[in-house]
Amino acid sequence: MENEIVKPRSQRHRRVLKARAPKIHENDKKTMFVRGGNTSDVVTNVLKEMYMLKKPDALLLRKRNIARPFEDQTTLEFLSKMNDCALFMFGSHSKKRPNNLVLGRFFDNQTLDMMEVGVDVFQSLREVKTSKCPLATKPCLVFSGSLFESDDELRKVKNILIDFFRGPVVENIRLSGLEHVMQFTAEEGKIFLRSYRVLLKKSGSRTPRVEIENMGPNLDLTIRRTHFASDDLFKKACKQPRAAKPRKVKNISSDVFGAKKGRIHMTSQDLKNLQLRKVKALKRKPDASSGKSPKKKPKI
Amino acid sequence: MVVRAEALLQKIQKEQEEKLLSIQVPKTIDVAIDAGNLLACDSNPIDTKQLRSDKENYLKNLAREGTQLLFNEIWKLPIERVQDAVIAKVPSPTTVIPREKPIPKAKPPTKWEEYAKLKGIRKLKKGRMVWDDESKSWKPRWGYNRANDDTKEWVLEVPANADPNEDQFEKKLKEKKERVAKNELQRLRNVARRTGKKVPGVGRTAVGQEKQSKLELEAAFHVSKQATASLGRFQETLKGEKNVKKRGQKRKFEAVTQKGNTEKEKQLSILNQMYKKSPQLNLTKAVNKEIQDGHSVKFVIFNVCSKAGVQRRAKSMFNLFVTIFLSG
Repeated sequence: MENEIVKPRSQRHRRVLKARAPKIHENDKKTMFVRGGNTSDVVTNVLKEMYMLKKPDALLLRKRNIARPFEDQTTLEFLSKMNDCALFMFGSHSKKRPNNLVLGRFFDNQTLDMMEVGVDVFQSLREVKTSKCPLATKPCLVFSGSLFESDDELRKVKNILIDFFRGPVVENIRLSGLEHVMQFTAEEGKIFLRSYRVLLKKSGSRTPRVEIENMGPNLDLTIRRTHFASDDLFKKACKQPRAAKPRKVKNISSDVFGAKKGRIHMTSQDLKNLQLRKVKALKRKPDASSGKSPKKKPKI
Repeated sequence: MVVRAEALLQKIQKEQEEKLLSIQVPKTIDVAIDAGNLLACDSNPIDTKQLRSDKENYLKNLAREGTQLLFNEIWKLPIERVQDAVIAKVPSPTTVIPREKPIPKAKPPTKWEEYAKLKGIRKLKKGRMVWDDESKSWKPRWGYNRANDDTKEWVLEVPANADPNEDQFEKKLKEKKERVAKNELQRLRNVARRTGKKVPGVGRTAVGQEKQSKLELEAAFHVSKQATASLGRFQETLKGEKNVKKRGQKRKFEAVTQKGNTEKEKQLSILNQMYKKSPQLNLTKAVNKEIQDGHSVKFVIFNVCSKAGVQRRAKSMFNLFVTIFLSG
């Protein structure tokens, strides 16, 4: 309702409001990278590198925001509303929780899910001295480990990670542009994040042989706390509008030559008593079988 | 010699095989692939021994296998060629990911839209530019530099039945303000009907004004308190509220008895001002007043080599003389 009361002050304002309004086919989710009250070198670098990975759909907030995501989500919700960002990564450092990262997402400016991880080992892009792939490449995601399927918590964590790293949803991809692979491996309470660059080699068939090379950043994360949305809120958030679903086209087919053919289904018809155009020539002559000829009245 | 030839052949065959390496990846549990998200989920259990001993290589292998299987699927998709690039048409993602905003609700029609539908009135698309006879050019129908601009009238006829001392320009401005306010009220009423909530206030008491300061809230409170038929005289005061009858700036009066020569000095200064030859005219103040009232003739003086200040002074002096001439 607030969006409707606010009267746009200019054409530009109107366009911004239109872009941020709820839609059937949504925009790509934007991510915000927030620094907490106190951060360590590791945390700042992780935020910067993740921001580079997620450019241009990302925002690195310059100021520090003293917030505790797991206690009070109002600060982050306010920031998400102001910046129109549905995903966030909040970095902080304290004695109790060193090198802390909180990844999360919002629905309708309310917190949906959050997961807190600690960075044990971090290798930045600069440390791994190999050639990198271009900016804003849609990554291929690989999840290894049975824990992502068997463990409830990790299954939801997997959903958050897919949402976070998948990038814009596209209909066509350029085959030579598949250069970036992000791998997540789950082990007892830990997640290993590795980033690779793809090199395609010749194979016997049309599909190439895949060789990969580690390009960074590499992260060893420990899962700390999690906060998942209630089942009904998650269900509500996952609901897709009817208009977005691809509509099945029935009764239309094409033959070998590309001609479009359609099928029409008719009700049952009595062929003897069809309502057609009357053609006098086809009219049956009256009393032809009885042999009587029609009497013609003589003209006077 | 035969043995050496055989060994050589084997070596060549091995090299050739290595060149054209296989794309097959054997896995106990099938890897689930979501081509729409470029996602491969390998649910095979991890060999913890290998992980601990040779972590990076083991992870790299796992990643390579997953990517290979994903690419096998992607290369099966239909292909197009667009400007030197080979493009695969990717299916929609199968993993359910929540939306960022709720599904938009269909907007119910406004009061006018309902009436138009009832009467069969259709919207006619009007062009942006209109022919303006005055300037003999095409001008926008609305907005900046519009054609047939009512607000730029410099002459207004006083109708026969109107009060001769009434300011027609003021009247026009007032009517426009009223029309704008009415339009805003209608819009808010439509919003209220749409959302099922009560009509939000207009102006100071408007709902949706976020983060009003304490002063703003106080002002809004006092305005709404006075908005009754008896101008707030019989409204109850809240606990802790100071019921002040008169609000606004207090008029300051000087003391009845003053020290020394203050009164004498004041009277003498007034006399001195009256006897001065130069006019006691505060030019900027007078000009600002005229600009505020808005019915002076605007005349642009083009002066190529003059500073902005001088140009403004010249313009304002001209304005002043014209208004004096008109009023006199």
